[in-house]
Amino acid sequence: MAEGSSGMPAIGAPVRRREDYRFLTGQGTYTDDINRPGQLYAYILRSPHASARLSRIDTSGAASAPGVVAVFTGPDMAKDNIGGLPCGWLITSKDGSPMKEPPHPVLAVDRVRHVGDPVAVVIAETFPQARDAAEKIAVDYTVEAAVVDLLEALKPGAPQLWPEAPGNICYDWHLGDAAAVETAIGKAAKIVKLDLVNNRLVANAMEPRAAIGEYDRATGEHTLYTTSQNPHVIRLLMGANVLHIPETKLRVVAPDVGGGFGSKIFHYAEEAIVTWAAGKVRKPVKWTAERSESFMSDAHGRDHVTHVELALDKDAKFTALKVSTVANMGAYLSTFATSVPTYLYGTLLAGTYTTPAIYVETKAVFTNTVPVDAYRGAGRPEATFVVERIVDLAADELGMDPAELRRRNFIPANAFPYQTPVALQYDSGDYQTTLEMALRAAGYAEFEQRRQEAARRGKLRGIGLATYIEACGIAPSAVAGALGARAGLYESGAIRVNPTGGVTVLTGSHSHGQGHETTFAQLVSEYLGVPIESVEIVHGDTNKLPFGMGTYGSRSLAVGGSAIVKAMDKIIAKGRKIAAHLLEASEADVEFKNGQFTVAGTDRSKAFAEIALTAYVPHNFPHEELDPGLDESAFYDPKNFTFPSGAHIAEIEIDPDTGSIEIVKFTASDDFGRIINPMIVAGQVHGGLAQGIGQAILEACVYDKQTGQLLTGSYNDYAMPRADDLPSFELSTHATLCTHNPLGVKGCGEAGAIGAPAAIANAVVDALKPLGVKHVEMPLTPQRLWQVIQQHQTRAAAD
Amino acid sequence: MQKTVSLTVNGKPASATVEGRTLLVQLLREHLGLTGTHVGCDTSQCGACVVHVNGEAVKSCTLLAVQAEGANVLTIEGVATGDTLHPMQEAFRNNHALQCGFCTPGMVMSALDLVKNNAKPSDREIREYLEGNLCRCTGYHNIVLAIAEGAAVMRGEAPPANPHGVAAE
Repeated sequence: MAEGSSGMPAIGAPVRRREDYRFLTGQGTYTDDINRPGQLYAYILRSPHASARLSRIDTSGAASAPGVVAVFTGPDMAKDNIGGLPCGWLITSKDGSPMKEPPHPVLAVDRVRHVGDPVAVVIAETFPQARDAAEKIAVDYTVEAAVVDLLEALKPGAPQLWPEAPGNICYDWHLGDAAAVETAIGKAAKIVKLDLVNNRLVANAMEPRAAIGEYDRATGEHTLYTTSQNPHVIRLLMGANVLHIPETKLRVVAPDVGGGFGSKIFHYAEEAIVTWAAGKVRKPVKWTAERSESFMSDAHGRDHVTHVELALDKDAKFTALKVSTVANMGAYLSTFATSVPTYLYGTLLAGTYTTPAIYVETKAVFTNTVPVDAYRGAGRPEATFVVERIVDLAADELGMDPAELRRRNFIPANAFPYQTPVALQYDSGDYQTTLEMALRAAGYAEFEQRRQEAARRGKLRGIGLATYIEACGIAPSAVAGALGARAGLYESGAIRVNPTGGVTVLTGSHSHGQGHETTFAQLVSEYLGVPIESVEIVHGDTNKLPFGMGTYGSRSLAVGGSAIVKAMDKIIAKGRKIAAHLLEASEADVEFKNGQFTVAGTDRSKAFAEIALTAYVPHNFPHEELDPGLDESAFYDPKNFTFPSGAHIAEIEIDPDTGSIEIVKFTASDDFGRIINPMIVAGQVHGGLAQGIGQAILEACVYDKQTGQLLTGSYNDYAMPRADDLPSFELSTHATLCTHNPLGVKGCGEAGAIGAPAAIANAVVDALKPLGVKHVEMPLTPQRLWQVIQQHQTRAAAD
Repeated sequence: MQKTVSLTVNGKPASATVEGRTLLVQLLREHLGLTGTHVGCDTSQCGACVVHVNGEAVKSCTLLAVQAEGANVLTIEGVATGDTLHPMQEAFRNNHALQCGFCTPGMVMSALDLVKNNAKPSDREIREYLEGNLCRCTGYHNIVLAIAEGAAVMRGEAPPANPHGVAAE
């Protein structure tokens, strides 16, 4: 397959990535690789306590330490009238009251509320000098009781984080028809109930966060280089809400970014600190997180506790789903924290099923922990885990094949568009086909033989399936706005055709591993019929690009790609007019195909590059009708979410003597709509699965309940998936096209992280079923599995 | 206390004046401007900083710069020949074995060390050898394929059929 070179179709080809050369030769430019002339270094002193009053911060010792240029604290920022970090989504409680939205100071003012809360910043000529000097800062902390567990935080007498949020409740939200659900439960032939935990995680992009602030006295312009998934969003939030710098004087650059997974969406304190401090000291200021600092300052993910009830009729059709969730917000509201356990979660609880009545309520609570916000999947993995665990439990209690129970309740392929009872309208899908594909690839029908064979070896073998639906391509701005979003959710794209026919593509999306420089170039190459080598993708710099919303929620191709298509349509439309003029034909007769503007039914044509040259050297040009140049931009606001879906199957083996678990096989069959680069899509699925499996069997962010200390604060304590923890993956895809974007694409970035946890958990419960196990909480570590096995064996022996 | 360290990096003599506590990775990144070697953690777990010191793979965050006095160091910047990628780098590209690229230099340096010690590693041996290199993007699936392909080409064999449909150049 040619790499999308001239004349060859580029869409659908496994084009090798254009960004790889620089990454493979050590020539990537990540934020910490950038060094500005005269640069100083920032070290941020952080609270060692989960909850304490701050009475005195004596910085004099640090200020006089070698190499130190300045030391700043919260009161210094307050003197400059610096604002707090904003939250971007207003949630309204059941009773109509707005969520409690306490302040989020950049540097702590009168108290600290979690381990890692920033207290002061030291700026010095070298990083070691800054760090050494920070040890000389004397802070008087009056330590108070902390609460880190979300259920403990709700109990009477629990330590209170914010006077404006009694009971530590941020909001108490609901969605759906409670009365219909109660009626259905009253009539049910069977009701299945389950309590479950969605374990707290840390995103852990391999590149730690970093930021460089710079101030140009000549122009008055501030520049921030930062590890961000959305530089324009940072410019807007930081400029308007925190530092009060007009957008015309603030440039935000997100260069090569080493992974994000959601954690680099948010506006963080350190970005504001270095930008502000650079203006104070009139020199560039660089901050780079050490990994242990990342653990206590990057937004965490998940951390839900849920009670779920599923009602079924006598034919095993789901009649109602009732979900009650408590979600941890941490100590402050991070940028999109409030939307995750509400509109990105409750709205997904129909899953792939026809459940006619659904009611969900979510209580969001403050605790003395790092803020919790979106992490790969953001709300949708939590929803899928709830739905797919309760469905599996129902199958178990009914003695039914879990695949058959799912088939019986799927939204049929001919029922689209399908309106769910929780606000979403799915545009397309074919859940049964992806399930059957996965079942075949997994050898599901022959599983019992493998279970018996494993039993002869003394192993407990299980198989588990999960289907999922996700809402991606976030989102129609008007819908998001009606639900409380404080931003639009369109994307920008601009096509700048150069005089000799090369095409510069400006996108508001941001690549931090997704390969946009390749995928978007394939798209443009095919649409405009130009060689892929002639297409350059520009992203990540607010001074170069139209305003863009960035990359998260698997939106880059569905929203950003659609904006590029819209801009290309304008280019082609103008090109046709120019071609019609040159060819002395009617515009209506000019066709554009494979890079040629042709008068229909003739061999008279002009190549794309000729039209480009004419546009910029407009000697023979329809000046009365057109302006010179070939440069168009577009904004695309989606009409609906996109709805990728699929079926994931895990087969696992547990050693009952040690509790160790081996993932024998993992099969995924997904519907992402049209696929531009199947190799990149497979890579996205692999990575998502690894994170989903990580959540299921390895990862947990743990705080000490007494002291509020972060116990998993490094890679020594937080179990990241390693190569020998994971299997190779067996993937397939089946496309139903998205009906409302011009590409028919749905998005693939989060699928793996959404489907895998439930598939693994279902497989483990299936393996332990002979012992009477109904549920085990994630992560399914050897210690936890061994304990469960021991308890059940002891219980069985006692019986 | 400052000390001058002299060593060979990617075949060329280099020297820098560093503090006693300066790590080899800081010498490479901050004094020599070789920013291809990355720092992903502070507990020597992630392997983003792997370089070769006197032919052995080393996490350059575990070595003081002064300990590298006189050493011969190879970093990711020295692996390709001119503009031509090393077969292992080429194999990573052919198999989409990198996404964000941050762990990639360490992965390639570790892969080269593996193949030096085991010219024909099995998939299981590759996975076990990568214990000290974390990747958060790829799920390791394609990295395993890439290392197997790179090893085959380094043995002088034809690469295995590309599982993604990428045609050989």
